[in-house]
Amino acid sequence: MPEISIQQSPVPLLQVSGLSLSVGERTLINDIDCVLKKGCRTVVLGPNGAGKSIFLRLLCGLMEPDVGSILWQGQAINSAVRRCLAMVFQHPVLLRRSVAANLNFALGNAGLGAVARRQRVAEGLHLARLQALASQPARLLSGGEQQRLALARALITRPTVLLLDEPTASLDPASVQAVEAIIESAHSQGIKIIFVTHDVGQVRRLADEVLFIHRGTITEQTSVAQFLSSPGSQVASDYLAGRLVL
Amino acid sequence: MPGFTETFGLALQLIFSGSRDLVEIVMLSLQVSISAVLLGCLVGLPLGAWLVVGKFPGRTLLQVLINAFMGLPPVVIGLVVYLALSHSGPFGVLDLLYSATAMVIAQMLLVTPLVAALARQHLDDLYLEYRNLFASLNLSSWQIARALLWDARYSLLTVSLAGFGRAIAEVGAVMIVGGNINHLTRVMTTTIALETSKGDLGLALALGIILISLSVTVNAAVMGLRSSARRLAYA
Repeated sequence: MPEISIQQSPVPLLQVSGLSLSVGERTLINDIDCVLKKGCRTVVLGPNGAGKSIFLRLLCGLMEPDVGSILWQGQAINSAVRRCLAMVFQHPVLLRRSVAANLNFALGNAGLGAVARRQRVAEGLHLARLQALASQPARLLSGGEQQRLALARALITRPTVLLLDEPTASLDPASVQAVEAIIESAHSQGIKIIFVTHDVGQVRRLADEVLFIHRGTITEQTSVAQFLSSPGSQVASDYLAGRLVL
Repeated sequence: MPGFTETFGLALQLIFSGSRDLVEIVMLSLQVSISAVLLGCLVGLPLGAWLVVGKFPGRTLLQVLINAFMGLPPVVIGLVVYLALSHSGPFGVLDLLYSATAMVIAQMLLVTPLVAALARQHLDDLYLEYRNLFASLNLSSWQIARALLWDARYSLLTVSLAGFGRAIAEVGAVMIVGGNINHLTRVMTTTIALETSKGDLGLALALGIILISLSVTVNAAVMGLRSSARRLAYA
């Protein structure tokens, strides 16, 4: 795995400042500041309920923060920028349509002609290795196939950032490998990857940078090598050691 | 007055003899109700989708009104359409009263709130499932509404069936605006009411049997379609 130094990636793609979100009395995200740069693959780690998925949803614009801002290359995020972000969920949301129609649906906003759309759909089918199942109902695919389809659907929109919320949770090893191959391929094309996982092995295989979140706050942002060899907090050490973190 | 067996025999005889009057009444009933359901769906389905994805002031009030209109008595609709189409009414110049078109309008007004309210419920459930995907793809309300309507197409067939059931079985509205004129606006339900009052139970029962058979056939067809769609995970 190529080790990308965070300091060597000078362009801040996303700049998060003072991000907070509360629901009722409960603070879910608490004054998060961070800079996410192009090039490196960022994994968001933390114990259950730490706020990882909510942080991802805030980045994608699926939720609005109470206070704070997210800047895209120094600019406020608008609908044009949102089209540069794609998100894949732990449980893929597939339309009640065929595999090919699911891919085609994602291109609704791409402003492409019929030929270009067909090409992108073919590209998506190839990426997900689902050419033979193109006309099959998407919801009858296996879990791994569904997740590959969801990933391909996100990628054919040509995003700049791909956000993945535990994309391989509850998948068998072969499916995990296939999904990771697609993520790797996206990374090799220059797409910024930000993902949530609980799988430390996957962190080693896929990530360059770790954002460690505990109780809605980023307690650590460092390289994977640094984080795994000498985590910067007791909570992170406990998490890596598999101890329960409350 | 003839007994049940005799009446039933007469009814079957009328059905299998292919009586011209009977066929005319059945065809007009189908023509009026199917037209009303198609028009009701044309208005009600997009209205249901708009209630799900639209963000506008008064949305909840509109939902409450549409839900309330689901249970409107047909005679009230008939009266309103009658007043609108009568010579002194705003649409009197169209000269539509006591015509099949007036019956279509009345049934459409009956069906539209039912279709809109039931569609909204189905589409709301689907929207809950899809909303993250839609948000992540940054789709417009129009694109979302279209996607919901397409993906819920098999559920919406059941909704349109409910509309058809309400239209074909209703008697009050078509009686008022159609006038139950022989060979012109006489449909199954109005004929059943009339023939029963005259004591001609054979024709009334024949039409009743046809009405029930139609209902069962349409229901079975839609159920079959939905079940195939469910097997393919499209419903």
